[in-house]
Amino acid sequence: MAQKTISNWGNYPVMQSDEHCFSFDDQVQKIMEQSEYFIPRGNGRCYGDASLSKETINTLKYDNVISFDTKEGIFECQSGITLDKILEIIVPKGWFLPVTPGTKFITVGGAVGSDVHGKNHHVDGSFSNHIVEMELVLANGSIMVCSPEIHTDLFEATCGGMGLTGLITRVKFRLKKIETSYIKQKQIKAENLDEIIRLFDEYKNSTYSVAWIDCLKKGEHFGRSILILGEHATLSELPEKLKADPLKLPPKKSIPFPFNLPSWVLNSFTVKLFNFLYYGKNFKKEINNVVSYEPFFYPLDAILNWNRGYGKKGFVQYQFVLPLQAKQGLIEILHRISDKGLGSFLAVLKVFGKQESLISFPKEGYTLALDFPVRDGLFDFLDELDQVVLQYGGRLYMSKDARMKPDVLKAGYPRLEEFKRIIHQYNPKGKIRSVQSDRLELTT
Amino acid sequence: MATVLLLGATSDMAVAMARTMAAKGYDIQLAARNSDRLKPLQGDITVRYGVNCTAHEFDATAFATHHDFYYSLTPKPDIVICVFGYMSDNDAACKNWDEASKMINSNYTGAVSILNIVGEDFAERKSGTIVGISSVAGVRGRQSNYIYGSAKAGFTAYLSGLRNKMYHCGVHVVSVLPGFVDTKMTAGLNLPPLLTANTQQVADTVEKAIRKKQNIVYVKWFWKWIMTIIKNIPENVFKKKKL
Repeated sequence: MAQKTISNWGNYPVMQSDEHCFSFDDQVQKIMEQSEYFIPRGNGRCYGDASLSKETINTLKYDNVISFDTKEGIFECQSGITLDKILEIIVPKGWFLPVTPGTKFITVGGAVGSDVHGKNHHVDGSFSNHIVEMELVLANGSIMVCSPEIHTDLFEATCGGMGLTGLITRVKFRLKKIETSYIKQKQIKAENLDEIIRLFDEYKNSTYSVAWIDCLKKGEHFGRSILILGEHATLSELPEKLKADPLKLPPKKSIPFPFNLPSWVLNSFTVKLFNFLYYGKNFKKEINNVVSYEPFFYPLDAILNWNRGYGKKGFVQYQFVLPLQAKQGLIEILHRISDKGLGSFLAVLKVFGKQESLISFPKEGYTLALDFPVRDGLFDFLDELDQVVLQYGGRLYMSKDARMKPDVLKAGYPRLEEFKRIIHQYNPKGKIRSVQSDRLELTT
Repeated sequence: MATVLLLGATSDMAVAMARTMAAKGYDIQLAARNSDRLKPLQGDITVRYGVNCTAHEFDATAFATHHDFYYSLTPKPDIVICVFGYMSDNDAACKNWDEASKMINSNYTGAVSILNIVGEDFAERKSGTIVGISSVAGVRGRQSNYIYGSAKAGFTAYLSGLRNKMYHCGVHVVSVLPGFVDTKMTAGLNLPPLLTANTQQVADTVEKAIRKKQNIVYVKWFWKWIMTIIKNIPENVFKKKKL
């Protein structure tokens, strides 16, 4: 056990925590028993305070692969393995992750706890949609297996439940068959918000779709965007020179971001300049090419610690979803952000497909994610945005959250009381709790 | 393909080394006191890298069992990496002989016992590589850590002598002095991040040292210079320091 200074990806908030590590099955229960209360923690890639607590149980050294059925595409592993390691194993065998978020540096346990989504949500749903079964150690030390068929309540409350039902030890999930490790990519520039919304609809059958959107642009180019679409390239679609090794892994290269940028570097001028360059780099209306999966899914992973670009005070990522009919809400929020001049380099817009779940974030509609450097007055502004999100029937993503009020969570998630009941059943004394779960009154 | 035997395979460093060597195509033999704990890693290596991987019971301090343990292995390994070791509080060990002897036996006596047996076999086969994970703590005894340090110093000297002898039989010996490494053994210590290596860096260093037949390797380059300085402080000055 060691006192460590920890924070998640947003570098806000920062706290001292006693960190426990384990590698072996026989250690888990003992560590849990000795702990007063804790939250399971993987690679710390959620953004806010979800995996922060006075004590943490870190799963990173519990990272063995258990089985990989290369015929049926079923993968089973311990919860601390990260997605980048899984890709190295499955891609050369012709399989891919069924769902992946924008970073590959998250653990499988974290993928379940946040029930992560990717650019294919409208087609394939979120990560939990592909789980065959999983095993947890509950707060009382007992081991329980759950799946969509057995102990359904535990399964539902664990998917997107931010680690509060127990410590996930083992996950078995289905993979996606691929012929090549490449993506056939199409990028289309949209002049404004109406056009990007129309394009999302036009390309709704595309497997992967996401848009980068300029939140600071006003006037007729309000909401200008670049829509990025992708399909797994088939063997015949590859250029000749790539056909020799169609399942090749991308080379490992990354640029470290060695220090925190001073906070003043990010201001509305530099963000506007970045957006101008980012939008302007696509000269043509439409670009079609074949790229490795790495730059397509994980463009930011190439810059290790890019979060330091927001300075020492850190940042919060704000991600909400609004129902499809609430386009006006999206416009209103974008206007408020651009008026405030507090934008981020990258704001990401995506259309979610249908999803009914207990506590997972995705539901049908528009989801927008953007970063805000922590500044005076930011949280008041975000409280105002929360009200707009709620007014239009939307909600916020707990994995990104570091500051939402409990009422906002309650208003956004209609089955919250049921979720709380299940937590209290499996974790009755609040042995498993985080700074976030206390703040959101889930465990207090 | 050649086979690598890892002694003390439940340690974090050994896990990284086992995977790194398996990724290069080596078959792996994992050996540790609690072989049940090796089963998940054994499965992991088999699934990830498609190499043969076996798990074996081995207690570094049960010297009498070492001969039978080694001769029960089939095939015989081509590379042996001695990773096991044990560190506990120095002051406690000064007052408690069981603790002190545990440190001496794990870090020195046990290693000598098993590597004598391995060395004999390799010398007869006129091939093979032996890697010993020693420690920078063995370079000079410090008040905070001299029981562990002196055992590692013994081990470092042993490896040096073994390398000298084995050279003439075509066997290579590597001494590794990792410096601070982020592992279970050091979990309670507040290590300076810049000076601390992760287990993958150790594994990569070991793999390279085997491939390039290096003799003495540090994991982070500056440790060599830090230790050179520490070694050269006059004893009259050194003894007054609180190190």
